[in-house]
Amino acid sequence: MNYSGIPRWIYGLAVVGGLFVLLPLAAMVLKVDWTQFIPLVTSESSLTALGLSLKTSAASTALCLILGIPLAIVLARRPFRGQRFLRAFVLLPLVLPPVVGGIALLYTFGRQGLLGKDLELAGIQIAFSTTAVVLAQTFVALPFLVVSLEGALRTAGNRYEAVAATLGARPTTILRRVTLPMVLPGVASGAVLSFARSLGEFGATLTFAGSLQGVTRTLPLEIYLQRETDPDAAVALSLVLVAVAVIVVGLSYRRPRHATTPVEAAV
Amino acid sequence: MLLAAGSLVAGLAGCAGSIGAGSTAAATSPAASASPQLSGTVTVYAAASLKATFTKLASEFEAKYPGTKVALSFAGSSDLVTQITQGAPADVFASADTKNMSKLSDASLVDGKATNFATNVLTIAVPPSNPASISSFADLAKPGVKVVLCASQVPCGSAAQSVEKATGTTIKPVSEESSVTDVLGKVMSGEADAGLVYVTDVKGAGDKVKGIPFPESSNAVNTYPIATVGTSKHKDLAAAFISLVTGSEGKKVLGDAGFGAP
Repeated sequence: MNYSGIPRWIYGLAVVGGLFVLLPLAAMVLKVDWTQFIPLVTSESSLTALGLSLKTSAASTALCLILGIPLAIVLARRPFRGQRFLRAFVLLPLVLPPVVGGIALLYTFGRQGLLGKDLELAGIQIAFSTTAVVLAQTFVALPFLVVSLEGALRTAGNRYEAVAATLGARPTTILRRVTLPMVLPGVASGAVLSFARSLGEFGATLTFAGSLQGVTRTLPLEIYLQRETDPDAAVALSLVLVAVAVIVVGLSYRRPRHATTPVEAAV
Repeated sequence: MLLAAGSLVAGLAGCAGSIGAGSTAAATSPAASASPQLSGTVTVYAAASLKATFTKLASEFEAKYPGTKVALSFAGSSDLVTQITQGAPADVFASADTKNMSKLSDASLVDGKATNFATNVLTIAVPPSNPASISSFADLAKPGVKVVLCASQVPCGSAAQSVEKATGTTIKPVSEESSVTDVLGKVMSGEADAGLVYVTDVKGAGDKVKGIPFPESSNAVNTYPIATVGTSKHKDLAAAFISLVTGSEGKKVLGDAGFGAP
């Protein structure tokens, strides 16, 4: 028998903690008007919003991978001056209210923003476009990928990479054949979490991208708007988002029991 | 001033008959010795567009009735209705449209009848430089002009829709926001060339935006009703606050902010 060493009262509080999360979700499920559920979630505006949400979240997850993997590798593998500050700033969107992120993005990519004027001269308009939604989602989701991957990289260590280097492999080859295969589960769970965070993004999108059906109105914005006139529709759509989130988070925590060795992963 | 306060209190005593009941704080003022006095905290839930005016009226109320406090909560009218029907401890509800007040009275949460106390009309808001050279309502329908509106689900959006319908104009907005402050924000930051907001929003924003009034706005006049919430435990205070808003003090403050008379 395993000795768990957990005092009994801890279980009591743990149960309360679990209920604290589950009860509001249950309350929402109870509020769903099931006879109207299908028509509510398959209305044109709902499907458009869901489609847009899935598309933009996929795009921002891709962007997170492109930008986040190099960032995580640099943070995990090369100690440098100011690294702590860089890490703190990269993680900032995790704790920043999304509306603040939206304002920051507005003053960067907006028409009057830091880069906006040059972008406009180049014929690129970001404000009120689907691109703005993807940027807002990437901004808030990037830290999830970086944190998840940096942790995986540190845990894996760099012994195999060192061996590969002594055998004459070039850095890019090592990255492709050793490092990335070794931390693939970390990349995967980071990507899934980024996708989930993108799907739920609301504040930065509302502030930065606006809200127009089929262009910038993602599912959370649609829920916020429906709530004004049709609370039943808002609840039904919320449930859809909860379901998607449960599936996504469920996927990311289905990890292998023991860490894959690079040899296994590389084969 | 004192006389006015005294007669108001007396008038209230006649209809409410609960002045002083449940009062806990004992403040002493000249009015106190003459008639039963008001004390305690009155909680006012008011539409977001009333923020500046009601904040001012609240301090006038506290000055007029020493020993009272006004707790203010501002949000979109429909949010406030939801909160009140879910049991939020509001004494007074001031809505930005009659529709949301009806929602509350349908839930039997309005004491007596609501009183209309102000009106508001739409205006075109543009950045101070007016980059798209907007001068009329019809200009908003021009191609290439980035116009931001409220979504039709919220009062400012349905007002915009009424004007569009009445004038036969079709505006293709680049964004439909869920609150009038979001529309104003997009114009202030220069992201949008123009937006439809209320006259009072432009006035409140100072020189950050320019307002362009248009005659067609008379097709959609928003009426603001105020009422005592049925579950209020401070109906005497609520009635006194409503009298202040609908009385001469209220008319002055609201008029200065650009609201029209009901």
